[in-house]
Parts: sequence; structure tokens; C-alpha cells
Amino acid sequence: MKILVCISHVPDTTSKINFTENDTKFDSNGVQYVINPFDEFSLTRAMWFKEKQGATVTVVNVGPVATEPTLRKALAIGADNAIRVNMEATDGFSVAKELAEVVKNGDYNLVLAGRESIDYNGEMVPGMLASLLDFSFVNACIGLEIEGDKATISREIDGGKEILSSNLPLVIAAQKGLVEEKDLRIPNMRGIMMARKKPLTIVEPINSVPATSITSFEKQAAKSACKIVDNVDELINLLHNEAKVI
Amino acid sequence: MSVLVFAETSEGKFKKSAFEVTSYGKKVAEQLGTNVVVLTINSNDPTLLYIYGAEKVLNVSNDALKIFNVEIFANIIKQAAEKESSQVVILESSSNGLYLAPSVAVNLNAGYASNVVALPSATSPFTVKRKAFSNKAFNNTQITTDTKVIALAKNSYGVHENIVSGSIEEFSPSIIESKLSSTAIEQTSGKVTIADADIVVSGGRGLKGPENWGMIEELAEVLGAATACSKPVSDLGWRPHSEHVGQTGKPVASNLYVAIGISGAIQHLAGVNSSKVKVVINTDPEAPFFKAADYGIVGDAFEVVPKLIEKLKEFKATNA
Repeated sequence: MKILVCISHVPDTTSKINFTENDTKFDSNGVQYVINPFDEFSLTRAMWFKEKQGATVTVVNVGPVATEPTLRKALAIGADNAIRVNMEATDGFSVAKELAEVVKNGDYNLVLAGRESIDYNGEMVPGMLASLLDFSFVNACIGLEIEGDKATISREIDGGKEILSSNLPLVIAAQKGLVEEKDLRIPNMRGIMMARKKPLTIVEPINSVPATSITSFEKQAAKSACKIVDNVDELINLLHNEAKVI
Repeated sequence: MSVLVFAETSEGKFKKSAFEVTSYGKKVAEQLGTNVVVLTINSNDPTLLYIYGAEKVLNVSNDALKIFNVEIFANIIKQAAEKESSQVVILESSSNGLYLAPSVAVNLNAGYASNVVALPSATSPFTVKRKAFSNKAFNNTQITTDTKVIALAKNSYGVHENIVSGSIEEFSPSIIESKLSSTAIEQTSGKVTIADADIVVSGGRGLKGPENWGMIEELAEVLGAATACSKPVSDLGWRPHSEHVGQTGKPVASNLYVAIGISGAIQHLAGVNSSKVKVVINTDPEAPFFKAADYGIVGDAFEVVPKLIEKLKEFKATNA
């Protein structure tokens, strides 16, 4: 099995979000970057396939040189090699087109991604990638088993789950539940040392045309202070008469 | 030219979000000076869409479409969009809507914006406001392609009545072969889901153990609410992952969110920020959730929640 894991390089979940240049750019000053948590679920599952069933695992990111430490971290966790498409990622459709090119050139038959990135939350690249390649696609994936060429996939739906089957090739977008939290890996010293020697290939983009562009950002409006109430009667009264939600 | 809305059905019925996208689609069509066409599959009563402004309904009735399939449904939306020369296609942010939208966009070679929270601020260039950074911010996105696909964020625009005398056109799209097959659906029926709930009651580590969830469930029942939990609670296995709300869990966009024994880590708040009214019950007055909430009670959940249940039952009895 040749697995490609798509890795987004995103601000750490605890980051304070600020913008610069007249609210047109994300302010990365002082921000720690991590592997997108949803992609980490996929990477963890990929490592399981590698160790239990035999697979090569390549990680890929579409981004500038600044994303390389995040790819190195994925290598330290155990991926075999990494690819960086040398392009600023500004739009889901063009990123999906760049990734489709990587998949075609590398002949991958299983592509694991995250349901969304925690920065732009688009929830679009994996589905677009599958459509561009005419691969099967399962979104919000909470279970994945592969036997030979056949995949059994669980998908989270509103109020439950659906079990699907498909042959490879396949793209999945991981949701929480694909792997257990305790199975997520922190790179150890040996992994970090080995990652330095693993290949990280830089490929030039095919210059796909963006379909969208972000013109500005806005922060959430400041909230009025919380009303502290002493008893439940007062709370019910406020929820009924003031907030009008019960 | 038209605006195409896909109004989903579940066992033949529309959910609130189907009426929300129809209301929204009607307004977008007005902004563009064109008509709205609403596509629906296996609806028991497509005329309900007239209430929310659907001038024309493309009605598909086909038993082969009883079970959702992303490839087949995306292809049907494409056929409808081509037939109606739609320049904008609007989908719900349901689990099926968000699954479909990227494929629909590729099928139509369209730019796609998800998490859209308001009507387009401009139609040329076509600009929409979207949630970003897991509800910590918004961005304004221009879609530059001829055809545009939008997924409207839940409970963001609202359901607006706009009664029109519409018409129904029976539509029989061709059905493609799919590479995927559905082998089983496990769904709890009769329980309010987090995705559709107007009210969500959520518990955190402050509840000390899974054996104490009885009062959370009882409170949810009294309020007609869905139950949810914080990340540590699902990581500890006290509650299923499907109840985890927050940045890496489910987003919540309910009218009322009640957080019990949840301190309010930034990742949790990100996931619940879109709820309109937030109530927190916590022993620690310094808990960060008090900064994000609208109403708070400083107190022990084991004392406050049973009292709240009792008083709410009285309230419901007199206000029913």
C-alpha cells in the first residue's frame, strides 16, 4: 500500500488570533505551528497500517519553506518521506489540484487527510482531491480497515454512523474517533534524529488558478460581560424573558 | 440564470436547515436579480418550501435514492445546476451537505466557500463572510469563478418566512454508478442530535465521573436538548467521541448552550462560540468560561443542576 497523508501546518490550538496589514493577513508573530489535529488522526492511522500491514507513508504539504518543521515532525513520528509543494496555499481548489498532481505522480492508492484544518476550516480539500482523481471519498471518517484492495470505512453522520465499502484507491477525511487519543504519538529523540536524514522533496507547483481569495479578516465582536446570577429561578427568568431561548 | 438550493430530507421530512437554506437562497436570488430553484429528493411534502420563498421546486422521487450516496447526489445536483443554468449553488452544513459540497464544486468547476454566515456583501465580485480559525474570527472571501458553491453555516442566517405561489416540476435525473456502497447505517432515532439541537447541555470533568451523567441527561430531556461533553471527558471514555464538542470535536451553533463543570479552555470555547446564548455553571468563579458566557452561576453542579431541573419542570408545566 502506498499511503499519502496530507498535512496542514496550522497555529497551535491555544493560539490567540490576530491580524495585520489592515486585517488582510494573519499575524503569525509569536504563534506556534503544529500538525493540524485532524491530520494527526490520519497520520496515526497511517502509522498503524505501516506497522501492522506493511505500507510506505509519504506526508505532503502545500506551503512555503516555513512549513518544513511541521513536515519534519511528521517524519519524526514515523513517515518515510515528505513532499512540499512550493506554493502559498490560499484557496482549497488550487491546493486540491496541486495535491492531485502529487498523487498521480506518486501512484498512491490511499490518501489520508483531516476533515478540516483548524485555521481556515474549509472542509473542502479532501473531497475536491477525490473528485479530481475520481477516487472514492469518505468524509468525517471515524473508522478505516483495509484488506487487500477492499476498504471498510465508517463515517460519522448526524446522530450515528454509516458503514461504507469501496475498493482502493480511496481518499478519507479523518474525524475524531478514527484513532484513540492515547495512540497519538509524540516524536522521540531517535525519531527526531532519523527525521533529519529522511528525504524531503520540494516540488514546484503546476500553478493552478485559485477559485477564491480572502480579502480581509474580522475578529469576533467583543462580548458583553457575563451576568452572574445567584439562583436558578433568576436564571430561568432571564433565559425566558431576556434571552428568549426557553 | 438561477440560484439553486439543495434542501435535504431525512425520511421524507425537511429539517430546519432545509428551510434556512431556502430562505437564504431566495434572498441571494433577489440580490442577483434572478429566481431561486430548490432541488429536493424524496420529500413527503415539497410544497412546504413555498413558505420560505421557493418559486420553483425540482422534485425528485426515486426509491433508489433513499440512501444517501455522495457521488450520485453530487451528480444529480450538477444535472440540476446545468439544467437551470445556476450561477450559485447553496447547500446545508449538515454531515451530508458538507460531504457533497467539494464534489459539487469540482463537478461544476466552481469556487466553493464553506461556513458562510451572511448574505453576500457584494455580488460582483461575489463576496461572502465566513467563519474561520475555528470560530475565533471571520474572513471575507471572494469567489472568482463563474459558478459558485456555498455551504451556509447552521443557524447563522435563520429561517425566514416569505410565502410565494411556487410550482413543482418533477425531475428525473440519470443515476450514475457509484464506487462506494453503504452497508449499514446505525442511527439513534428519537434522540435530539447536537447538529440539529436548539439547545445543547454539556458536561465537563467537573462532573467527576460517567456515573454522574444522569442529571445531565435529565436536564437535557426537560429542555428538549442534545447532550454533549468536553474533550477530556470523551478522551477519558466517560462519554462517546460523538458527543465531544470543541475545536477538534463537533461545532455547536445552537440557540442555547449550557456548560456544566466545564472550565472553558480556548479550544472548547472555539467550538461553541457560534451558540447564541451561553450559560455556565461552575464552582470556580475564575473559570475562563465566565468570560465567554452570557449567564453564569457560581456553584456546585451537584447542587445547582438538580434544583434547575426541578424549577424547569415547574416552569414547563406552567408555560406549556
